[in-house]
Amino acid sequence: MAEVIWGLATSHVPSIGAAMDNHRTQEPYWKPLFDGYQQARDWMAEHTPDVIVLVYNDHANAIGLDLVPTFALATAASFPVADEGWGRRPVPTVYGHPDLAQHLVESLVDDAFDITVAHRLAVDHGFTVPLSVYDPDPGDAWPCPVIPLLVNVIQYPQPTAARCYDLGKALGRAIRAYPDDLKVAVFGTGGMSHQLAGERAGLINPVFDAMFMSRIQNDPQALASLSRETYVTEAGSEGIEMIMWLVMRGAMDEDITRISETYHVPASNTAAALALFENKVSGR
Amino acid sequence: MTTKPAVPGTYVFDIADNRQGYAINKLCSTLTTPANRVRFLADEAGYCDRFDMTPAQRTALLKRDWRSLLDLGGSIFYVYKLATVDKLSMQYLGGVFTGMTTEDFIAAMRAGGRRCG
Repeated sequence: MAEVIWGLATSHVPSIGAAMDNHRTQEPYWKPLFDGYQQARDWMAEHTPDVIVLVYNDHANAIGLDLVPTFALATAASFPVADEGWGRRPVPTVYGHPDLAQHLVESLVDDAFDITVAHRLAVDHGFTVPLSVYDPDPGDAWPCPVIPLLVNVIQYPQPTAARCYDLGKALGRAIRAYPDDLKVAVFGTGGMSHQLAGERAGLINPVFDAMFMSRIQNDPQALASLSRETYVTEAGSEGIEMIMWLVMRGAMDEDITRISETYHVPASNTAAALALFENKVSGR
Repeated sequence: MTTKPAVPGTYVFDIADNRQGYAINKLCSTLTTPANRVRFLADEAGYCDRFDMTPAQRTALLKRDWRSLLDLGGSIFYVYKLATVDKLSMQYLGGVFTGMTTEDFIAAMRAGGRRCG
């Protein structure tokens, strides 16, 4: 049977990808953030999954305002890298896992999550930056197939934090019901506190971020009970992306082990974080 | 009616904003191909004619009145594509939204970000 072996929470700020693409990670502005990634990268390189399920949001690229799915899962065999207005990132095309993706859709719908099914999907920085955080040097191909799971966080009403946590639990059940022996990593992406527009642009809330960083491991239910208004007020209009970490968390066991974490301000206009958790899988 | 949060100094883009700003956002969404970026920069007014913008939206777009673009229904993720065509950064926009120079905005971020209440 398939199992979730670890979960990665990471910001997906486009400039983090640009820093890697432009070989600027050792510059003083970026070095603290990338130094903070190293321990997690070393551990993940020793614990490679067979498949990744990557929870993220599109940023006005593959998903337009004509059709806004609250949750969507992509089932194609491959996903091109999007041109977001400044050219494609120089990273490999992403290969999916159509059979597992189809199984996940069927399981989620049977589990009362009426998820939108996406086929053709160009993946933007929300997706490729977390992959680069995982593997900064993929060469010609990413190390394993990746299944995109999309959450609407840019048009109100976003799903509630509680619904995201419950989706994660259903995702975990679906993964564990897949008959093949696959080791699966789940990525929850976005955050931490940031706001791009309005008079509060540049908002950073390290107190809220630290609270979230702690409770995502030990008290995710408390985070799931926070309202959208609380996320927007405390973490900023784009900081609400942090609800996507709860999808990852829900897919994992109740007890998980924190392998690594880092927090850095700023990555352009954002508080950037990484938190890596090993699942307590029986028999491991 | 809407239940969306009303947080001062904060845009919470919603369904009504989508309706109001649809043409702005649609135009910006087309700037994701090199050919369209070239066509837009070659004839901005002509390019705008293809989209059903109000006069105020059209003026805001052509004059790069960033605050008005958001007030008239633009989503920051779409409007940012227009800024990118102009080779402007999110830090530049942050300065515009907060009344700061780009340099001061960058410095505020490097000092730990802005505490907003």
